[in-house]
Amino acid sequence: MIRIENLSKSFTLHNQGGAVLPVMAGAGLTVAPGECVGLTGQSGAGKSTLMRMVWGNYLAAGGHIWVGDLDIARAEPRQIIRLRRETLGYVSQFLRVVPRVPTIEVVAEPLLQLGTDPAAARARAADLLARLNIPERLWALSPTTFSGGEQQRVNIARGFAHPCPALLLDEPTASLDAVNREVVLTLIEEAKARGAAILGIFHDEAARARVCDRLVDVTGFTPQAAA
Amino acid sequence: MTLHSAFPAAPLLSVSGLTKRYGARIGCADVGFDLYPGEVLGIVGESGSGKSTLLACLAGHQVPDEGRILYDGRDLRALPETERRRLSRTDWAFVHQNPRDGLRMGVSAGGNVGERLMAVGARHYGQIRGKAADWLGRVEIAADRIDDRPSAFSGGMQQRLQIARNLVTGPRLVFMDEPTGGLDVSVQARLLDLLRGLVRDLGLSVIIVTHDLAVVRLLADRLMVMKSGRVVEQGLTDQVLDDPQHAYTQLLVSSVLQV
Repeated sequence: MIRIENLSKSFTLHNQGGAVLPVMAGAGLTVAPGECVGLTGQSGAGKSTLMRMVWGNYLAAGGHIWVGDLDIARAEPRQIIRLRRETLGYVSQFLRVVPRVPTIEVVAEPLLQLGTDPAAARARAADLLARLNIPERLWALSPTTFSGGEQQRVNIARGFAHPCPALLLDEPTASLDAVNREVVLTLIEEAKARGAAILGIFHDEAARARVCDRLVDVTGFTPQAAA
Repeated sequence: MTLHSAFPAAPLLSVSGLTKRYGARIGCADVGFDLYPGEVLGIVGESGSGKSTLLACLAGHQVPDEGRILYDGRDLRALPETERRRLSRTDWAFVHQNPRDGLRMGVSAGGNVGERLMAVGARHYGQIRGKAADWLGRVEIAADRIDDRPSAFSGGMQQRLQIARNLVTGPRLVFMDEPTGGLDVSVQARLLDLLRGLVRDLGLSVIIVTHDLAVVRLLADRLMVMKSGRVVEQGLTDQVLDDPQHAYTQLLVSSVLQV
């Protein structure tokens, strides 16, 4: 479902003397449907950079990133927009929403974008929020005022609202208590069971051991190591 | 099938080589892009970068010197003036930064909305008033304000009224020039939420000019960065903001104060 081939990335800092920083070379991995692959490597090794290239908000310098039959390294913006709506989900570490929008709408939005009946979309959103232990009295409020852990759970609910065939998870269990961590791990297992291909970053080693089928150490993709 | 219809194959607006000069000075030069139905395109750049000139050329407020604008497959510059005016009443809408430029301040709120309907042929008073009331509700203006003049409204309400006036005729393409500029941030958020809902529910295509990067991140699918009349970079909104390629975009993004 996800196939990365010979992927490379560099940053050119035009306002800092035009410095060119090669940060990745020769990266490759595959994620099959129903499989969860964890990215490992020290902080700064390029885990997030790789995830962002798959999501499409970082441009690849070379190589291929296939998600389904679309090569994100070469796709038009509108193809990536469509892929994100229908096929590829992303749970980032940060919640970015229009202030003032109620939590239930934030979670239902990916479904509304796909033209799902609003009542059905809100029912699905309510189900996820309840599972993630967000009290119902908060659903009508904007999540911008919530605690870090609550925002993270809203973000997860939103990411799981539409059952995407491919899913990117950036530290989904960070800042969660034991009960909610368990809910999230169950959600991940359910997504795998329905055939989702998942690429994730988990600093929580026990969580990693439980949901990941394989690990890929991105240290092997740093340009020095490849040279 | 609904998914397919949400991603049509043909662009609604296709622009190439668009250039506008003011004497020897460049307004905008060699601008090209495609806008598809249901897409929101953000245009950012500092004052004087040509973004407002570009918008004015696209909306037919100014005549470009060179280039081609295809709307729904038709060459706008080859269309007769009468046909262009008809399009600007039926298919397009223009939301100005200052609501006073887009509203008639001496006419009631209901009249501001109803007037647009009459311009496209509506004559039944009850239906016009009913539709005006419906749209005031959609932009969250209380029903009992329908007979008040916009001069009695706050800035945020005036802006929402301008949006209602523009959208009541069911346009397909909406031009917006700094629609949240000059509003309090709390009012801005409400307007952003409203605009997102309308884009999603009505399938509008929108071109929004702004200098506010936070606004485009939340509203625009794609982003175009202009400097000195030229497009220096365009792409997916979050890609341009998170991994800017051009020196000017890098400067623009790194100059934003973190809240």
